[in-house]
Amino acid sequence: MSEPILKLSGVHADIDQYHILHGVDLVVPKGELTVLLGRNGAGKSTTLRTIMGLTLLRKGSLTFKGESIAGMPTPQIARKGIAFVPESMGIFALLSVRENMDLAAVSGPIDETRLEWVFGLFPPLKRFWNRPAGNLSGGQKQMLAIARAIIEPRELLLVDEPTKGLAPAIINDLAGAFEELKEQHASILLVEQNFNFSKRLGQSVAVMDDGRIVHTGQMAELAENDELQQELLGLSLGAHQ
Amino acid sequence: MSAQDDILDQETPQGFRQRFADFRENRPHLFLLAVMVLVPLFFMNPVTWLSLTISGLAMGLMLFIMASGMTLTFGLMGVLNLGHGAFISLGAFAGATVVVFWMGGHAGSGTLGMTLIALLAAFIFAMAVAGSLGLLFERFVIRPVYGDHLKQILVTVGGAIIIMEMIHVIWGPNEIPVPRPDLLRGAMILDDTVPLIGGVAVETYRLAAVLLGLAVYAAMVWVIERTKAGILIRAGVENTEMVEVLGYRIKLLFLGVFVAGSALAGLGGAMWSMYQEIITAHMGETLMISVIVVIILGGLGSIKGCFYGAILVGLINLYIGYLAPTFAAIATVGLMVGILMWRPQGLIPVIKV
Repeated sequence: MSEPILKLSGVHADIDQYHILHGVDLVVPKGELTVLLGRNGAGKSTTLRTIMGLTLLRKGSLTFKGESIAGMPTPQIARKGIAFVPESMGIFALLSVRENMDLAAVSGPIDETRLEWVFGLFPPLKRFWNRPAGNLSGGQKQMLAIARAIIEPRELLLVDEPTKGLAPAIINDLAGAFEELKEQHASILLVEQNFNFSKRLGQSVAVMDDGRIVHTGQMAELAENDELQQELLGLSLGAHQ
Repeated sequence: MSAQDDILDQETPQGFRQRFADFRENRPHLFLLAVMVLVPLFFMNPVTWLSLTISGLAMGLMLFIMASGMTLTFGLMGVLNLGHGAFISLGAFAGATVVVFWMGGHAGSGTLGMTLIALLAAFIFAMAVAGSLGLLFERFVIRPVYGDHLKQILVTVGGAIIIMEMIHVIWGPNEIPVPRPDLLRGAMILDDTVPLIGGVAVETYRLAAVLLGLAVYAAMVWVIERTKAGILIRAGVENTEMVEVLGYRIKLLFLGVFVAGSALAGLGGAMWSMYQEIITAHMGETLMISVIVVIILGGLGSIKGCFYGAILVGLINLYIGYLAPTFAAIATVGLMVGILMWRPQGLIPVIKV
């Protein structure tokens, strides 16, 4: 495994009176795509939100590139180079596609060469550049959400269930985009429930249950081991093909 | 790509009735404005109508300037600042200090240059005083009560009382007359030979207020639509959390908006002082009823909604005041009730995530 870019140790977090994370230990290697799997309510999204400082960290340590980011305000964490695509996508519906992208370019005007590369990954964004983002279809909104996260070079991408509710053809397009990001050795932590999508993209994998990490390893190993899948995820590959 | 690639476009309406219904539902602000302006024409002669319309626009635009800051602070951070009226009063007194006490002789001297300098100085000073106090108000009164509406109502009303008492301490307890500069007194009369509206008299100050109000609205629209700060404000009104996720400090943005909103309240107060030609520490409190009506019927957080809401309130006040003076007192609230029964979300609602 390459050196870690992000490390969580014994992370506890609450949402209101509910104790959601019960000591999460997770290492995200640099330059790899790590998939975080788990059933609904296991704490996957809360883990991402805690990393971003959106959910209050009660106990434990969070280090990004060797520096503690625990207790830092969200904008400061983002400026360290962590981009977050939430499950809700967080699209500004009343703003145009262009305005959404302008805001994502925090360090200045959008770099035209990089924009052309993003258009290559997600062609509909170019077509609807000046249209309100709220008028885009679900798949196009997800494309915009990911495009915002990569319009400037980032150290780490946190992406929460990008395939949720999307048609297979769109999921395929998204997978293509993630594959290109992998080729560029981007560091990505991807929360997913779609095992086929995860299997296609993931290099390392972590599985969560009840607010803890219950398995870590290489995705290829998990993909080949039906018994382990059944034990960890309550699924077999056959059911998802 | 797939069929999902197609953007969700609305069908173009066919036929007059469908087009009319489409206009009414999709552009309720323009529909209401057209109804509001055209219906009174059947009950009065065109000369009176034009005079009242310009006066209503002047009142509406001053209300817009006063209300715009409050609608943005509510839209952006959900902060209910019921002390906003105190900034209106403060702006009026600060402006009056320049026009009446410091530059009284010049403002009344009648030369265009000196009048403009006096007015500009008064408006800038009013904005600076109200904006500076807004900075302190946000830091020490509003910030400790983010997210708690009940506490916001209590502390902002309390803060407003302190500001009004400060006005009494500095300027005394009596009302202060604020005469307009000579050049803005009287009326402009249209030549009798002009058909239909010949002979109409329009108060010079009201015409000037309309022009200044439209200039402020145009400047605000430019900032909100064209600048990155404006895009951030619009994004923040929709989804504050995502603005922070992108790396922007929403509290700093809010502070900027609050200060700008307070400064605009001050400008509105200074303009209003010369419209009424008399000021009291409680004038802002009285105007708050209209301000709150404007931001509610416009759609909380919407600058465009606030603009149209303010103009509708200004116009209905003048028309009803002329046609049925006994109903003038309830015209504003009646308009709000009517609009909310039709569109509970306001004229141009902001979708909040």
